[in-house]
Amino acid sequence: MQIETPASSAGPFAHARTSVQRTMALVMLALLPATLFGFWQFGWPAVFLFFATIGTALLAESACLKLAGKPQRLYLLDGSALLAGWLLAVSLPPWAPWWIGAIGAVIAVVVAKHVFGGLGQNLFNPAMVARVALLISFPLEMTNYVQPMPLFSADAPGFLQSVGISLGQPGFDAISGATLLSHVRTELSQGMSLSEIIPGMAHLVSGAVGTIAGSMGETSALLILLGGLFLLAKRVITWHTPVAMIGSLAILATLMNLYDPEHYAGALYHIVSGATLLVAFFIATDPVTSPVSKMGQIIFGAGCGVLVYVIRTWAGYPEGVAFAILLMNACTPMIDHYIRPRVYGRDRRGTPIEYADNAEMRK
Amino acid sequence: MKLFKIRGGVHPHDNKHLAAGQAIEDLPMPALLHIPLQQHIGAPAKPAVRRGQHVAKGELLALSQGVISAPVHAPTSGRVMGVGSYPAHHASGLSVRTVTLKPDGEDRWSDEIQGVSDPFALTPEEIAARVAAAGIVGMGGATFPSAVKLNLRTRYRLHTLVINGAECEPYLTCDDRLMREHAEDVVDGVRIMAHALGVDRIIIAIENNKPEAQAAMALAASVDSRIRIARLPTRYPMGSEKHLVQALTGRETPARGLTADIGVVVHNGATAFAVHEALRLGRPLVSRVVTVSGGAVSRPRNLRVPLGARVQDLLEHCGGFAQPPAQLISGGPMMGQPLPSTRVPMVKGSNGVLALTTAEVTRQEPMPCIRCATCVQACPCGLVPLDMAAHTRAGDLDGAVSLGLMDCIGCGSCAYVCPAHIPLVQYFNYAKGEMAARGRAKQKMTETKRLAEQRTARMEAIKQAKREAMAKRKREAAAKKAAEATATDAAVMTPGAAAEPPVTAAEA
Repeated sequence: MQIETPASSAGPFAHARTSVQRTMALVMLALLPATLFGFWQFGWPAVFLFFATIGTALLAESACLKLAGKPQRLYLLDGSALLAGWLLAVSLPPWAPWWIGAIGAVIAVVVAKHVFGGLGQNLFNPAMVARVALLISFPLEMTNYVQPMPLFSADAPGFLQSVGISLGQPGFDAISGATLLSHVRTELSQGMSLSEIIPGMAHLVSGAVGTIAGSMGETSALLILLGGLFLLAKRVITWHTPVAMIGSLAILATLMNLYDPEHYAGALYHIVSGATLLVAFFIATDPVTSPVSKMGQIIFGAGCGVLVYVIRTWAGYPEGVAFAILLMNACTPMIDHYIRPRVYGRDRRGTPIEYADNAEMRK
Repeated sequence: MKLFKIRGGVHPHDNKHLAAGQAIEDLPMPALLHIPLQQHIGAPAKPAVRRGQHVAKGELLALSQGVISAPVHAPTSGRVMGVGSYPAHHASGLSVRTVTLKPDGEDRWSDEIQGVSDPFALTPEEIAARVAAAGIVGMGGATFPSAVKLNLRTRYRLHTLVINGAECEPYLTCDDRLMREHAEDVVDGVRIMAHALGVDRIIIAIENNKPEAQAAMALAASVDSRIRIARLPTRYPMGSEKHLVQALTGRETPARGLTADIGVVVHNGATAFAVHEALRLGRPLVSRVVTVSGGAVSRPRNLRVPLGARVQDLLEHCGGFAQPPAQLISGGPMMGQPLPSTRVPMVKGSNGVLALTTAEVTRQEPMPCIRCATCVQACPCGLVPLDMAAHTRAGDLDGAVSLGLMDCIGCGSCAYVCPAHIPLVQYFNYAKGEMAARGRAKQKMTETKRLAEQRTARMEAIKQAKREAMAKRKREAAAKKAAEATATDAAVMTPGAAAEPPVTAAEA
């Protein structure tokens, strides 16, 4: 009995039950409630857009893998393209024509991911690159939001009508509705005060539940929060980025609200409206494009929060999360360069720790 | 006692249930023992026996060479079959000098083996000398000669002796069993070491997944009020010397320093047991307790094995393989070394032989790094493994070093948690090895340069000496000639002749 086993590789010879696929699958699972809610709220057109987006994302991924000569099965099944498509789809206006999703998916997978070298190599978050590219290229389609019309409700379009909507044919009489952010922005620019535009707290409740116009998967703050907490519980993400982002946004909003409550909305308004929570839990925490150290993640998150507030309040777009993310993505390499954990036995600058009562007897 | 937090770490499934319930049993004496002369860090021992010589158990087989070295003794009585080369207990499978001993079956101790009735009456130097003569090395796997560590008191103001009973590696239960079954002997060894070190604080640290060992050691330690038992949280790598000391004292060992820099010396529990045996009974280190475990082993056991027994002998005693192993390991699964074959002999530092199944090893094809930073969270040293690996992969080893490669303790926590299954430790081992090779090459170059310069200087000096000798001779010759000339001049009155230099002859 003489057994020889491979001796070439180093340990450890045990491994935690993790894999890239599992990580991606958990994120998708966390996205599922908000996505299903979006399907229900916005009906068949949203479903079609969703599948057009992720379908194109997978096709584009497959084509890129073929070009790059990488194994199809391993990389298609890693879930990264699926997730990028998914995140893009939930951030689109739910009744956008199918080709918006398809073009977005190609931009996300080909331009934002594979041009940089594929999985793990991209500098910018693919879904946000696509969102910004679409917003700039197709401003009309990308700002055409509708009021929720729950699936199978009387007003909702039927299956065939929905196909028409997805193909971009005019005809169905949708009740278009601006998102809360753009509504408030338009009214503010016409000299109205906040208490006139959004009286009371009703907008906060509808924003939390999700019965408002908005992107496919961004409307229900509560369901997204649920998904985010799931990711935290599963340790797929850590608290640093989302807390820093929501925290800095909330602090800025509160300060400005205290300064002038009639022109600057409070923290809760900023948190429940738009893509704040989706981005805080699902996009800003994208491992590839965010810093690796805890301190770096806090800086990154805080930067995102500040930029979101600044863009929403003073810049040209009602919603600024995508721009904020891309700007902070660009800072990630720098943050990672300067912000590192302290090495054991060394001080922050990297010199070995010296104790005043060093036990070595020096002669 | 109060414990301090350490950074990072992981919680692998400890799988200690496989062997923890098995009392230590003696391995039947194998037909042949292969005793390597290098079972420790430092210079290999020098053979002191000849082929055909009969030796008693405990008799010296090889002498310690230099300060950092350890002697090797006969694990049983028998005849020396030869001093040759045999595959080492090492991943490389390369051969080292090995004494092959054929046991005579009597297992008779040498007559010269004699213990000390009161080790506390000895001076620290005498204790250290006896520990050195017994060939005791760090038995947690580091195999650093223990006597050298006992002598640290001459260079450091030591105050604490820590006994590392963390045994944080999964599967391994040999220290656990030793502390349970020989608690009094271990404590005795601990007290002897404390006496040798001259310290007044003793901490025996044991992880919470070994409650029986904690209880047994606490009971045995009640004889000495200086000893405290630290109940460590179960977390890998709690048994890393520097991290253990941090958990116990709250202080980090300075980078590139020793725990002695903060007044602490750490010894393994099994080392303490060996010290007890060496001092009380006079027995050198000739056997050790080894855990044989893993899903592929039929009957996991804790065995007391004579050094030099082959891995194969241990596995056969444990009923062989229940299923074909995917990986054979010496040590634990986290930091253990893959064994090239079952032929290799057991050595002083081997605490475990594991035969793991494919399901246990869970090796997967590596994927690209997704920068998830799980490795950053897991690293107990505060490093950024993903960056170090990326630099190593790109061939930028200096970059990896500047990121802290040399501060990496190789614990494998990063690779354990990596969702992309990137063999991070492999990268770091490669980089460390390559840097060491570069260091050696550089040293060789400076040495060569130094020697060449010395040679040039020497040749120059010789030439110079020759020239001087020549010049001296010339001067003498000239003087002689001049004297003669003067004499002649005086006779024939021709003063010009003395000015004629005699150089032409010398130059030719």
